[in-house]
Amino acid sequence: MIPSTVRRSGLPILLVTLPLIFTWAVAQSDNSTPKKNSVYAELAKAPPKAAARHNPLASDPNAVAAGSKLFQLHCAECHGEAANGGRKGPSLRADEVQQATPGTLFWLLTNGVVRRGMPVWSKLPEPQRWQLVSFIKSLSAPPKS
Amino acid sequence: MNSTRLFAPLALALAVVALPAYAQESPYIVTYDHYLEEPGSLEVEYFSTFGTQRGGNDFHAFWAEFEYGATAWWTSEFYLDGQTTFNDSTIFTGFRWENRLRLLQREHFVNPVLYIEYEQTSGADKILKEVEGHDVESDYAVPNAIARQEHDHELEFKLLLSKTFSGWNVAENTIATKNLTGGNPWEFGYAIGASRPLTLKASANRCNFCRENFIAGVEMYGGLGDRYSFGLPNTSHYLAPVVAWNLPSDWTLRLSPGFGLNDNSHRFLLRWGLSREFSGFGAAMARLLGGR
Repeated sequence: MIPSTVRRSGLPILLVTLPLIFTWAVAQSDNSTPKKNSVYAELAKAPPKAAARHNPLASDPNAVAAGSKLFQLHCAECHGEAANGGRKGPSLRADEVQQATPGTLFWLLTNGVVRRGMPVWSKLPEPQRWQLVSFIKSLSAPPKS
Repeated sequence: MNSTRLFAPLALALAVVALPAYAQESPYIVTYDHYLEEPGSLEVEYFSTFGTQRGGNDFHAFWAEFEYGATAWWTSEFYLDGQTTFNDSTIFTGFRWENRLRLLQREHFVNPVLYIEYEQTSGADKILKEVEGHDVESDYAVPNAIARQEHDHELEFKLLLSKTFSGWNVAENTIATKNLTGGNPWEFGYAIGASRPLTLKASANRCNFCRENFIAGVEMYGGLGDRYSFGLPNTSHYLAPVVAWNLPSDWTLRLSPGFGLNDNSHRFLLRWGLSREFSGFGAAMARLLGGR
């Protein structure tokens, strides 16, 4: 018998609701992964002020190497070791990314694309996010076959 | 489904398919910031708390934690708790299931996360993962044989507020807990923390002892009474420096000596933890269980 305090607390509702939310969340996550074009579309949502920001480490000779290390540690699992795209993340060598301003990339890294499975990366200090931007901008377009 | 069928794919996924992943983990042990587990990643953690006890025996409480990133806005965690009270016994004290839900899609001035937890523990639970209500040191002096006879079913809600600026993370957690057994009132508590990496720029080479791998800070936590007696009287509070060492070899070590701030608090708590993150765990499990 369920104690009355438990019934009043809504525990049964919680136990029914959470698995339903979980199933829906996983479905949302799975649906989001292949729509890479819509992920690129997020770049256009950067506010003008954020997009106009300059990379303070653009002239730092170590920024690309440090960014490459950070990329392998944090990003390669989704975007692929060569940044050509992976199972979950789009290619970062695509024109949409390479033509985006450094400020736009920084904004996207900071805010993520949470609905489509990309976490926010503001937990990385600002200089490390700029180092990542330096690395991403250093990537050339993939060779055309 | 028997336990072998349940756990064999999980162990196989961890051992063979899921890749260890470098995690930039916060140093907090009690306080939560607004960062969730990366989607599809599983973090396996072990934590210990050594506590001094006036009027009783010192103890070593421990818990294992399995943290899974269901989506970029939802993290679910399962805990198993236990403790050893010196000159007494070692016992399993219960389990917890917690969920953290990110409420806003993008970063804002303050970032809220909703925390919902159900826990089923005995009165002998001593992990002190949070302090709430009128939790005081003397509650923990009861011998295990007696304390374990009390069974608690609790719902716990937290509002996690967190902000990162100039390398600093500042987080505040407001806690409200309802023990579903008996006629216990809502109890309240808090945790606050601040932390920062030792340096903000990354070095160009992989290294174990680079300053960027260390995050240091401090956290403070305590109870705020209950619905009928809200406030600081008869509550306990702690101040604890914290440090995390994020190793490129995918491990994170945490250490935190905590100090009681009043006579109701344990004088000293020494906490440490070890964790490892496995990326791609969700996809590996799906493949092993016959999914895509």
